[in-house]
Amino acid sequence: MKRRKFLKNTLAITATGAALGTGLVSGTALAKEEKANPFKATSLEEALKAAGITEHEESDKITVKAPDLAENAAVVPVEVNSSLEDVSEIRIFIAENPTPHAANFAMGEGSEAIVKCRFKMGKSSDVIGVVKSGDKYYSAKKAVKVTKGGCGG
Amino acid sequence: MAKKFKTRLKVKEKDGRVNVKAIVSHPMLTGLTKDKKGNKIPEFFIQEVVITANDTVIMTANWGPAVSKDPYISLDYAGKSGDVVKLAWTDNQDNKGEAEKKVK
Repeated sequence: MKRRKFLKNTLAITATGAALGTGLVSGTALAKEEKANPFKATSLEEALKAAGITEHEESDKITVKAPDLAENAAVVPVEVNSSLEDVSEIRIFIAENPTPHAANFAMGEGSEAIVKCRFKMGKSSDVIGVVKSGDKYYSAKKAVKVTKGGCGG
Repeated sequence: MAKKFKTRLKVKEKDGRVNVKAIVSHPMLTGLTKDKKGNKIPEFFIQEVVITANDTVIMTANWGPAVSKDPYISLDYAGKSGDVVKLAWTDNQDNKGEAEKKVK
């Protein structure tokens, strides 16, 4: 699976690179590849763009529940919950992680807009919950502090 | 690879809402960690989780490597007792796992 994907990616990159002729452009092609997969994006803006979120509004109808101080950065419980109607998608971003796009939950029929999951965090950062309601994106964030040394503060 | 991944699923109904909780035992490696010799350990994580109730998809989750080890997930949906909830996952090395439970 991985090998196949790798081959496919390389092929796509070489094809675009060859078509446009310069080494610089193959860099752009690489960026395009990243765009297709938000999980590979390395900055928050890129990840948001790759996920197709051009603008999002902060909303008080969304709550992101996470500890103020994470005792174990490898297991940070996060809950995103929204009272908005017609929620089709919930995405969770961790701003300072090497790959900020952490997870995406596509909600099917009858499911409530509430998701709990656990994440790893590299360092203190904002946890951002983005909820798609109708055609618009709404967001809320919560700062989580990560302590090193494991004393738990 | 004959590694065993245990998938545990719990379902509970209350006032017309069914709460689904699941834990999969999986290492969820990010691809950023290194072993003792300094070689990168390749990424190994669950990419997709599909939860269905009576064969209707209630949620599809796409995960990145940022999800913690032995991932836990919890969600609610409007359901009733007697529903059959199924969870199926696939990781980036094509391992698969699933679990099924009937709502009491």
